[in-house]
Amino acid sequence: MTHRGTAWRLGDHVDTDVIIPARYLVTVDPKVLAAHCFEDLDPTLASRIRPGDIIVAGENFGQGSSREHAPIAIKGLGVACVIARSYARIFFRNAFNIGLPLFECRDLPDVTETGDVLVVDAGTGRIVNETKGTTHQAAPLPEFMRRLVAAGGIIEYVRQQVASGQLRREGAGGHGPAGGA
Amino acid sequence: MTTTEKILAAHADLPRVRPGDLIEARVDFCFANDITAPLAIREFEKTGVGTVFDPDRVALVPDHYAPNKDIASAEQCKVMREFARRHQLPHYFEVGRAGIAHVLLAEQGFVLPGEVFVGADSHTCNHGALGAFATGVGSSDLAAVMATGRLWFRVPETLRFVFRGRPAPWVTGKDLVLRIIGDIGVDGARYCAMEFAGEALRHLTMDERFSITNMAVEAGGKNGIMEPDDVVLDWVRPRARRPFTPVFADPDAEYARVVEYDTSRLEPVVSAPSSPGNVVPVREAAGVPVDQVFIGTCTNGRLEDLRVAARLLAGRTVHPRTRMLVIPATPAIYRQALEEGLVKIFLDAGAVVSASTCGPCIGGHMGVLAAGEVCVSTSSRNFVGRMGHRESRVYLSGPAVAAASAVLGRLAHPDEVLGKTAAGVGR
Repeated sequence: MTHRGTAWRLGDHVDTDVIIPARYLVTVDPKVLAAHCFEDLDPTLASRIRPGDIIVAGENFGQGSSREHAPIAIKGLGVACVIARSYARIFFRNAFNIGLPLFECRDLPDVTETGDVLVVDAGTGRIVNETKGTTHQAAPLPEFMRRLVAAGGIIEYVRQQVASGQLRREGAGGHGPAGGA
Repeated sequence: MTTTEKILAAHADLPRVRPGDLIEARVDFCFANDITAPLAIREFEKTGVGTVFDPDRVALVPDHYAPNKDIASAEQCKVMREFARRHQLPHYFEVGRAGIAHVLLAEQGFVLPGEVFVGADSHTCNHGALGAFATGVGSSDLAAVMATGRLWFRVPETLRFVFRGRPAPWVTGKDLVLRIIGDIGVDGARYCAMEFAGEALRHLTMDERFSITNMAVEAGGKNGIMEPDDVVLDWVRPRARRPFTPVFADPDAEYARVVEYDTSRLEPVVSAPSSPGNVVPVREAAGVPVDQVFIGTCTNGRLEDLRVAARLLAGRTVHPRTRMLVIPATPAIYRQALEEGLVKIFLDAGAVVSASTCGPCIGGHMGVLAAGEVCVSTSSRNFVGRMGHRESRVYLSGPAVAAASAVLGRLAHPDEVLGKTAAGVGR
C-alpha cells in the first residue's frame, strides 16, 4: 500500500495552537477546522494544501494542547500522512485514534523541501523522496499500536470488544481503595 | 520502581513494570471540559457500550468557553450538560459552581495520592503534585475510559529534578518549572515522567507545587509527580472523597536522568515569546512595555498566586498604559480572595476581577490580544496566536513578576516595586 504525494516542509515544535487556534474550537466539523488549519503559521497554507499532500516536519510535532481537533483539522485538509522526526505524545495518540497516519523518520526531514514528491509505503515504512532521489526508513510501530491501527483506532477497538462480548470493563464502585500494592 | 512505575504497576495488577512496557491500567477518575467533551461524547456513543463505567468517577467541567462566549460555545456546553443528565452523572459542574477543572477537581478531593487520573486536557499532569499519576489525553482516549474505566499506557522513563536549598526571594514554583523547561527544552522530557523532589519543596505551598507539575507537559512530559509528603497529606486528607494509599518510590528506583538545582541561587524568570522554552531572567527582559497583565489559569490562578500579586498591588495602581485581568481559578478561591480583601486590592488598583474561566489563556474570550500587543501572563503557553492575534506576544511569568509589571507598565522584577529589602514571596 503505497501513497505518492507532495511534501509541505514545516519546522520543529509545530504546536497545536498553530495547527488549529483555540478560537475555532467551538465546532467539531472537520471541514470548518481544516479551513483554519495552520492559520497562525501561515494564513494561506490551508488553501494551498491539496488532498493527498504530505506534511513533513522536524522535532516534537503537535506539542501543546490535547485538542483532538488538531489531527482532525489536518485530516480534514485531506493530508495523507505526517512524517516528522518526533511527535508530542498526546498528538501522537490522538492522530492514531482518529485515523491520521504518522511516520517517525529521523533523516527524511533533513533532505525534504516543500514541493518534493514523496512515495510512502505504509506497510514497510519505506519512504522515497523522488525529487531528491533518496530513500528513508520510518521507525516501526509497537505491536500493540499496530493492533489499534488495524482495528481503526481506540473507539473501533472498544466497539469490536463490545460487539463480541469480550469487553473488559471496570464496574461502578469496584476499584476499592486507590493505589496500594 | 519509581513512584510513577509503582502506581502504574498497581493499576495494571502487575508485580513490576519497566519503562517501555505497554500496559492496560485501571483509571480511578476521569474528566473532560467543554471543548473536549463534545467530541468524547460523540466517540463514546459509537462504542455501543451504553453507560459510563462508573458515574461517580467521571467529571464534566465547563471551563474553557464558559460562561458561554457565543452561540457555538453554548451549544457545546449544552451537549455536555445533556449527556450528564442522561447518564445521571453527579459530577457535572454548572456555571457558578464550576471553576478551572484542574484546580477545582483537586480542591474538591476527586484526585488522590496513588491514583491514576486521566483528563481530556493536556494540563491534567497538574495533579501529580498530589502523588497521583495524572496525564492528559485526547477526546477518543477519554471516550474509551468513560466506556471501560481502563486505558493503555507506555510506561515512561522517569527524569528526577531535585530542588536543593531555600528558594531565593521572589522565586516561586512557577520560576522553578520555567527554569527547567528553559534548560531541557520543550521536548526535553518527551514521553517521560518528571519527578520533582528535594528539600526546597518543603518551602513551597501546595499552590506553588501545582504550578510545577502543571507545566510538565510544556517540557513534553507525560506526567509530573511529587511524592506525597505530609504537606500533601495534610492538604488532601480533609478533601478526599475516597480512601487512598500513598505510593512512594523504592530506594533502588532507577531514573533515566537526575538534575539538581540550588534554588537559593535562582532568580525570577520569564518565557519570552513565543515558546515556553525561551526562558530568560526577568532582569534581562525588564523594560518591555506591557499592554496587558493576566493573573489566572490552572497554572497560577490559585489563592497563593492572588496573595502574592496583592502584596505588590496593595496601595498601588495599575500603570495607565496597562490593563490587568485577575481570574480566580474557582469560586472557592474567589470567595476566599474576597474575604481576605484581595479582590478589593485588585479593584482599587484598577484591575478587573472576573468569574472563573480559562478564557484569556487560549485567546478564547475576555482579554484577547490585538496585533502588536504584549501580555505578561501567569499561564503556561505563549505560542504564536495563543492569546489572540498572531502578531501579539506573550511573556509567561509567576504572579509576582506579573503584578510588578502591571504596576510599572513594563516587564519588571518585583524588587523594582517593593525594593530589595522585601522578603519576597511569603515564606
